[in-house]
Amino acid sequence: MVEGKIEIRGLNFYYGTFQALQDVTLRIREREITAIIGPSGCGKSTLLRCLNRMNDLIKGARIEGSVKIDGEDIYGSSVDLIRLRKKVGMVFQRPNPFPISIFDNIAYGPAIHHLASKQALPDIVERSLRAVGLWDELKDRLSGSALMLSGEQQQRLCIARLIAVEPEILLMDEPCSALDPVATAKIEKLMLELKCRYTIVIVTHNMQQAARVSDWAAYLYLGKLIEFGETKMLFTTPKKRETEDYITGRFG
Amino acid sequence: MRRYYERVVEGLVFASGMASIIFVILIFVFLLKEGLMLFREFSVIKFLLGKHWYPISEPPQFGTLPLILGSLWVTLGATAISVPLGIACAIFIGEIASGWLREVLKAGVELLAAIPSIVLGFIGLVTLVPLVKNMFGLSTGLTAFSGSVMLAFMAMPTIVSIMEDALNLVPKTYREGSIAMGATKWQTIRRIILPSAASGIIAAVMLGFGRVIGETMAVMMITGNAAVIPKSIFQPVRTMTATIAAEMGETVQGSDHYFALFAVAILLFVITFAVNFLADWFLHRKKAR
Ligand SMILES: Nc1ncnc2c1ncn2[C@@H]1O[C@H](COP(=O)(O)OP(=O)(O)OP(=O)(O)O)[C@@H](O)[C@H]1O
Ligand SMILES: [Mg+2]
Repeated sequence: MVEGKIEIRGLNFYYGTFQALQDVTLRIREREITAIIGPSGCGKSTLLRCLNRMNDLIKGARIEGSVKIDGEDIYGSSVDLIRLRKKVGMVFQRPNPFPISIFDNIAYGPAIHHLASKQALPDIVERSLRAVGLWDELKDRLSGSALMLSGEQQQRLCIARLIAVEPEILLMDEPCSALDPVATAKIEKLMLELKCRYTIVIVTHNMQQAARVSDWAAYLYLGKLIEFGETKMLFTTPKKRETEDYITGRFG
Repeated sequence: MRRYYERVVEGLVFASGMASIIFVILIFVFLLKEGLMLFREFSVIKFLLGKHWYPISEPPQFGTLPLILGSLWVTLGATAISVPLGIACAIFIGEIASGWLREVLKAGVELLAAIPSIVLGFIGLVTLVPLVKNMFGLSTGLTAFSGSVMLAFMAMPTIVSIMEDALNLVPKTYREGSIAMGATKWQTIRRIILPSAASGIIAAVMLGFGRVIGETMAVMMITGNAAVIPKSIFQPVRTMTATIAAEMGETVQGSDHYFALFAVAILLFVITFAVNFLADWFLHRKKAR
């Protein structure tokens, strides 16, 4: 049996006394796109944030079970959070470029992780912007504020700034929900391009999007993993009644 | 009846709004009227650049340079002390401390603001002044430096509370984005949060500056009140405000000395106004974009 890039086993997650995830077991395969779908409040973001330990910041949060990345338990006592988060990048629902220049946004990661000398930064910036297809648009205005960009450009920039630190996994929490359909299509195309180098986990409310981009899909409901399988199968011949109801819109 | 009532309320609100502006204008007009009288006989250049303030010698000299420098030394000294402390304090309260510690600190800062300046001045006089004297081996502890330390305490609450607001206004998503990239808390504060809050921080510094330069009583008590051009911060100085407060009681209304004090007041007004204006400009620059 091949180990996944990420192995989630028996994961329970509590916000204080409220249990947001119940016994979730999931395998996320390397260099493929895994989509997490489910109704609002079912715990998709919570699950995603367990993978880079962003939930650590929340007071009273508690976790049981294990999450292994490349065989290493990321909740183990010897884990270096900084290294973990370098390896596992996150893209947020609302594009959140820093209010500094485009160049500095991308240089930020390499700088905090001491990855490159000052002289090497322009190269990294170019490479990262090329990877997300922004280089030609932005090469003449790198010193301009990142906040002046369109929503789609901002979201691409946020992906580029992750790529600059050479992560292995990209977590995306509804990355297109603040974008229009055209911009969404472009980001989806980008995700398919990035797939050959990165393992991607995407949370989405958009069923078509999950069907279009993902290789694997997980349906989550009230904190429980109802069904997990290849996207093709899950969307055409779901095994569970609940999954079928949800993807056909008969939910609720 | 109802319409009538609304009209009255509207009128009252309008009148009170206007009143504040009118008061400022009236004060300024009055200052100008009295202060400008000095320049019928005394030149503006001599007033601004004259090295001697001898208001009761014959002929009197109204050179405000020692007073301006006195105010500047004390104010800059206070700024140099209170800004780094204020920034550190605001970062600690806003970003690091949590729970009860944070509440206690916030209350402490507010309490500091509530202490009347004369009380702080008095405490400074009996504790700080001898301390400065002994620590630096001076002939007197009544120096610009003592005033600076004292004023730094007075400016702290202003600086800390405005700066903390500025830090609070930095969107949470910036912090999350930075932490999720593997930045430490300190890297996030230094490289993302502080630059994002820059305009608010500058405004806080300027308002603190404005608060300090206008302070009178405490300064008068502990800076030594010598109207000479100070060579170092460890010498007695006299500020513009202290000069007005100390001498206004002894002048004859309508005398040149009396007009000269008003002219000093105009100068002070202009400086504070400029500082406040700059602070405002920095605060609103962000929003306009
Ligand atoms: N910080 C928190 N403290 C307490 N409860 C929380 C917290 N964050 C989320 N929850 C709760 O946990 C449950 C799962 O939330 P989560 O954000 O993971 O859902 P989601 O599937 O991402 O929803 P959405 O599709 O609306 O983003 C919800 O019931 C929510 O109210
Ligand atoms: Mg969510």
